[in-house]
Amino acid sequence: MTTVPLLEVRDLQVEFHTRDGVAKAVNGVSYTVEAGQTLAVLGESGSGKSVTAQAVMGILDMPPGRITGGQILYRGQDLLTMSEEQRRKIRGDRIAMIFQDALSSLNPVLSVGYQLAEMFRVHRGMSRRQARARAIELMDRVRIPGARERVNDYPHQFSGGMRQRIMIAMALALEPDLIIADEPTTALDVTVQAQVMDLLAELQREYRMGLILITHDLGVVADVADTIAVMYAGRIVERADVHQLYRRPAHPYTKGLLDSVPRLDHKGGELYAIKGLPPSLTSLPGGCAFSPRCAAATDLCRSQTPAVVPVAPGRVAACHHWKETLDAPAA
Amino acid sequence: MGRYVARRLLQMIPVFIGTTFLVFCMIYVLPGDPVRSLWGDKVPDPAQLAAIRAQLGLDQPLWQQYLDYMGGLLTGDLGTTTVGRPVADEMGRAFPVTIRLAVIAFLFSSVAGITLGVLGGMRRGKYVDTGILIFTMLVISMPVFVLGYVMRHVFATELGWVTPTVQNSEEIGQLLLPGVVLGMLSLAYVARLTRTTVAENLRADFMRTARAKGLPRRRIVRVHLLRNSMIPVVTFLGTDLGALMGGAIVTEGIFNVHGVGRLVYDALVRRESAVVVGTVTVLVLIYLAANLLVDLLYAVLDPRIRYA
Amino acid sequence: MPDTTSIEKATGTAPVKVGAPLPAPAKGRSLWADAWHDLRRNPLFVISAALILFLVVLALFPSLFTDVNPRDGDPANHYLGRPELTHWFRPDWFGYDGQGRSIWARVVHGTRASILVGFGVTLLVTLVGGLTGLLAGYFGGWLDSVLSRITDIFFGVPFLLGALVVLNAVTDRTPVVVMGALAFLGWTQMARVMRGSVLTTKQADYVTAARALGAGTWRIMLRHILPNAVAPVLVVATIALGSYISAEATLSYLGVGLQDPTVSWGIDISTASNQVRNAPHVLFFPAGMLSLCVLAFMMMGDAVRDALDPKLR
Repeated sequence: MTTVPLLEVRDLQVEFHTRDGVAKAVNGVSYTVEAGQTLAVLGESGSGKSVTAQAVMGILDMPPGRITGGQILYRGQDLLTMSEEQRRKIRGDRIAMIFQDALSSLNPVLSVGYQLAEMFRVHRGMSRRQARARAIELMDRVRIPGARERVNDYPHQFSGGMRQRIMIAMALALEPDLIIADEPTTALDVTVQAQVMDLLAELQREYRMGLILITHDLGVVADVADTIAVMYAGRIVERADVHQLYRRPAHPYTKGLLDSVPRLDHKGGELYAIKGLPPSLTSLPGGCAFSPRCAAATDLCRSQTPAVVPVAPGRVAACHHWKETLDAPAA
Repeated sequence: MGRYVARRLLQMIPVFIGTTFLVFCMIYVLPGDPVRSLWGDKVPDPAQLAAIRAQLGLDQPLWQQYLDYMGGLLTGDLGTTTVGRPVADEMGRAFPVTIRLAVIAFLFSSVAGITLGVLGGMRRGKYVDTGILIFTMLVISMPVFVLGYVMRHVFATELGWVTPTVQNSEEIGQLLLPGVVLGMLSLAYVARLTRTTVAENLRADFMRTARAKGLPRRRIVRVHLLRNSMIPVVTFLGTDLGALMGGAIVTEGIFNVHGVGRLVYDALVRRESAVVVGTVTVLVLIYLAANLLVDLLYAVLDPRIRYA
Repeated sequence: MPDTTSIEKATGTAPVKVGAPLPAPAKGRSLWADAWHDLRRNPLFVISAALILFLVVLALFPSLFTDVNPRDGDPANHYLGRPELTHWFRPDWFGYDGQGRSIWARVVHGTRASILVGFGVTLLVTLVGGLTGLLAGYFGGWLDSVLSRITDIFFGVPFLLGALVVLNAVTDRTPVVVMGALAFLGWTQMARVMRGSVLTTKQADYVTAARALGAGTWRIMLRHILPNAVAPVLVVATIALGSYISAEATLSYLGVGLQDPTVSWGIDISTASNQVRNAPHVLFFPAGMLSLCVLAFMMMGDAVRDALDPKLR
């Protein structure tokens, strides 16, 4: 490896101090994103996928959150050792974020034009007039009809899909190197989801940005991701190329996820569901965190936490029995 | 916008009529004969009594009296006192004093209250916040007359910074202490309300977005946090302006300010019903006007409110 | 599951959300149980509850704390006697007033009037205002319009001035009369809170569900809406209780509240205000008790609100 990756997260650890004790939200997460590549981070609510992203952005609420270990390298520079001012200049400018619920994520009392123009005024020092013109351009760019007329409208006056386009426009404003999209389509109607996702993928290709796509939606992942990282209880349990992972999962949890997707060619059959609930982050089970829900768990799983091991070139998994899982015929 | 204002004005009319009629009833239906009390302990001459009653229109049915009164009000005639002085003159002397007092109280409570509230809300759970909470709680718990005596004792008697009573209500300096006392309760409420909304907005998703945009902290606080947090505070302050004027009665008594509260109090003691009705009617009008203003302001501040 | 591994097929159908809700709280507690759990650990609540309990005992059994008659004075020997702060619970503990009456005894016996008026007005206001708000919020339509306009009309009367006007006309102002006057002008606040709360609750899914299951109007209103709409009313009532006590004292201070022979902090403060320069203790003790009493209810209201409103945790 001679070139420095765009973003590299190394062994990140994040804790939350809650009323019920210390929750280990992120527990040694590592991943890499290259320019023009899409990394999908897949996991249930509370698996630590959003917390990792917020740590990368530097918008984690601290307290109650606390980064207890690891590095976040942006073009080889550790963001965690930078001054707040240096980080602020990267935020929004070089690394931008798209949130799930655009209605609550946009300021309700400021016009969308103002909120878009703010990016140019703060980071580029543009005048009001210039910034406004750029805001209209951006709204055109994300294909909002009648941008010039709607630039002074407020977020609540737009439809859900249009609002999410505005969020995308805001993230895209300064042509960042990396975009983190946290469940960008979850709050939208199914028909609008595809449009928004397509737009995002198209713009990513055009600007050759790195994209971290956080989702719990397997359908979205398959279409756009290059690499997938599956998270469970604050750890990455499997990371692989999208095709490899879909074809032959190396972790029982990944396998469970894939099996729970309904399929047209299996109509009428019973849907598979992973039994049990995700563990509480304040009292993680000993050994592998997934062992209480895993059908193939052994005594080893219950006593020893599996290390993240390479299972193939560019592919890792955290399972004592990854070989058996990998070789098992699809159910 | 124009239509909205017109509609709100129309809606205010029944409330205005209802409230003033209620006040009218409270004053004239309840026992106590103002004309009879002119004689004090002496036995009045029945013929004379009836003559004065007829002259004042007190022999008419209540609704007739009310209609006459409202008719007079429209032409600026608020009636006369039992000794024949125009009520309008008496009110004309008292209102400017109370308005000055209320403005001082209003400025004090809004500036100090918002400052304290923002400080507390942004440092929720810290010592500053706890201190502000305890302070506001104490202020709210202490009735105005207790607070008034305490502050008069400290600032006038002990420290000698101000005169204990107001000699000249034209002088703003003399009205400062009474104004502060009058505004104390509002200050506490404003501080608490601001604290709550600031703390709530701090957790809002759009604040996270503002941080993710890489905005400087000052800008996040001023443009995104305060702009949103001030909406409920401004509405509270608006309605409070009317309440300050009606609530000045105790403060005016403590500091010997000859304002509206004093006027009503004296009028009640002397059973000058016309003065009481006139004053309360004007206070109701001020209250309604303040409410309308708040509604309009709300719509300006919060684009989510439609002029429906 | 089928043996095909094609991603396209796997994802061609509606995507499944694998996200389960967050790990459920360890114990499934209701709003009230949860609030109670929080309250017991809140020092604000513990302190205010202890204070209120003490004040209620004081109000119910004043003779437990002093056997001196608060109305008997001895101006010859005790005129404005200074407090003896080490003489715990003795008549001269807080000193004597201008008529030579024991301030301690007056403070103890004055509790009853304040507590009685506070609880009485709150009860009346909650009944009248609560019912008005419930009916207006639940039935809506013309009933709501009428009730809301009536509420607006009463709300427009300045509270203190209104009470002053009403009570000024009454010559025999017993605690019941004062309670009635305060409730007459104060019920609107509760009506507005209740109406708003009912309107919010009415939208809840479980109310729709109950309606779909064919529950009757009254059943929905009393079993489903009222218990769930009552939380904000409870908070406002607790805080308002303190302010009614304060209002009673203010009116007594202005000379239109309670009258002799009722012993009231407000009356004592009013009398004391003329002597504050040479005998501040005459003002200090009743004023302090009054403030402490109001403070107790304000603190309680705050604690209850924090417990019932999980938004700001």
